[in-house]
Amino acid sequence: MLPFVLNRVAQGAVILVLVSFVAFGISVAAPGNAMQTFIDPNVPPEQLRAAEARLGLDQPFYVQYVRWVGEVARGNLGYSFRTGRPVAAFVGSRIGPTFLLMGTAFAVTLVLALWLGTATAARPYSALDYGVTGAAFAGISVPSFFTAMALIYVFALRLGWFPTSGLEDYAAGHTGIALFLDRLRHLVLPVTVLVLTGAAELVRHVRSAVLEELGQDYVRTARSKGVSERAVLRRHALRNSLLPVITLVGVALPRLLAGSVITETVFTWPGMGRLLVESVFARDYPVAMAINMLAAVLVLAGSLLADVLYAAVDPRVRYS
Amino acid sequence: MTTAAAVPSVTAGPGPRAWRRFRRHRLAVTGAAVLALMALAAVLAPWLAPHDPYDLAVGPSGEIAFAAPPSLAFPLGTDSVGRDVLSRLLYGGRVSLTIGLVAALVAISVGSLLGVVAGYYGRGVDRVVSRFADAVSTFPALFLILTVSSFVAPSIVNVIVIIGFLSWMPSFRLMRAEVLKLRETDFVEAATAVGAGDVRVMSRHLVPNALGPIVVQATLGVAEAVLTESALSFLGLGVQPPIASWGNMLADARSITVLQSQPWLWLPPGVAIFLAVLSINFLGDGLRDALNPRAGR
Repeated sequence: MLPFVLNRVAQGAVILVLVSFVAFGISVAAPGNAMQTFIDPNVPPEQLRAAEARLGLDQPFYVQYVRWVGEVARGNLGYSFRTGRPVAAFVGSRIGPTFLLMGTAFAVTLVLALWLGTATAARPYSALDYGVTGAAFAGISVPSFFTAMALIYVFALRLGWFPTSGLEDYAAGHTGIALFLDRLRHLVLPVTVLVLTGAAELVRHVRSAVLEELGQDYVRTARSKGVSERAVLRRHALRNSLLPVITLVGVALPRLLAGSVITETVFTWPGMGRLLVESVFARDYPVAMAINMLAAVLVLAGSLLADVLYAAVDPRVRYS
Repeated sequence: MTTAAAVPSVTAGPGPRAWRRFRRHRLAVTGAAVLALMALAAVLAPWLAPHDPYDLAVGPSGEIAFAAPPSLAFPLGTDSVGRDVLSRLLYGGRVSLTIGLVAALVAISVGSLLGVVAGYYGRGVDRVVSRFADAVSTFPALFLILTVSSFVAPSIVNVIVIIGFLSWMPSFRLMRAEVLKLRETDFVEAATAVGAGDVRVMSRHLVPNALGPIVVQATLGVAEAVLTESALSFLGLGVQPPIASWGNMLADARSITVLQSQPWLWLPPGVAIFLAVLSINFLGDGLRDALNPRAGR
């Protein structure tokens, strides 16, 4: 088990180095920098160059890269071009809301996908199966911002059940259980958007995985010895089909992250995704790059975790 | 090669058989029909559009209307600066569908090329390209696309280039896997034995035989690209006004007042994107069944 994990960690490290290279390469290859974005026409060029030198923007690519990696290793992600605040603290303050949103969406997606996937596999080609398949197609085809706008229109503006945006009602100054309920109310619509667009793929995978297990010999054995259909489905087929589903957990993470950009922007959710959009508009590379790197690290960690989990659950993997 | 003529002809080739399977997939045929209509509307936009999409729309009796609800003169209403929404929708379809199609073609071409080369030569080449693909696809696609969009002037061509060059990884993996499989087959070995060079083996034997799955991937790639373009333009980093795209038409509707009281501004472009992408996905599903009958669902 340990050699397998170490091997995977080593592979991950190689990819991480490449990832940092891609992220840095892209931002340096870009024409223009913060100085040019916020140029005041009255600033004399020599003063501008002095400022560029102070920020290290006049150095060649590899010097800037090595310096950047060195700083990152020491936990310094640099300073925001836009606000002058340290990037780590800036981005750090936005991680919480994003994790709250993604974590909730992920949990709901997983439960929904396992439930609907098993239910449709139990009765393939039934009305429910066709309904879910149709909904899955709709889910991957609808732009998430359109879903978000439609949900806001119906449930926030028309019915007034949920707020249109934000993390909580700051003006109300809730505490304790009231704050929890208030946040929950704010979570419903953005989480629904992420679930609607993210669950589609997972449901279809769970369905086909369960369907495949139902065709196995051990299922016939279980049925023939009189195990109830419910138990066959839950205890035998679903459990074994969880194996391939573990891999998909790693796939769901980048999708959720990408979804968070749009969702957070539409719902003015104070998370990383919205910060990325703001930074991109301001050409605030240190922040944009830190978010890109953080997302990549999360995705890498997710796939690493999925692989290790898979190997832990299925001993066949380790020896191949 | 002269050996091609020696291959005995089969009564029903793979083409007609695939077509028969495709025809049975009712949703795919419907999707194809809807897409054909949308493409036709996009091509004929200059003749179909009742008004100039970039200018103040003037009704039959000389009336001008700002943010007016749908009426006979303006079937889908007008936007806040008095332009006809239906005309913008038609012209926006041109832009959005073109970007989706061309960006997907770019992605497929880049991915296939790298995939054939990596799969055929293997070893170091394969390792370098594969690790690079791993690294690029570790970023959530939209993150990189957004970041790069901030560097370049937002134009239609740049949107195509950005989406195309940052979405090649799936087709790379697919093509590489196909080539790895095909490389070991007897007919490729035969071709090499007769003296076919690397380029010939790749272009005449490997690529054509991997085309089925690639076509399916390309179709789904168009759906993905249309969605990405709409998201970029919605955020204001894609196609810039006054040029209309379905995504930036929705961007105009982000204010609560428009959302609440002027649904004709955001419903039509949203439904258009949804219908287009849904049709493409159905088409892709049908093509998968038709071209690759052994693959399970």
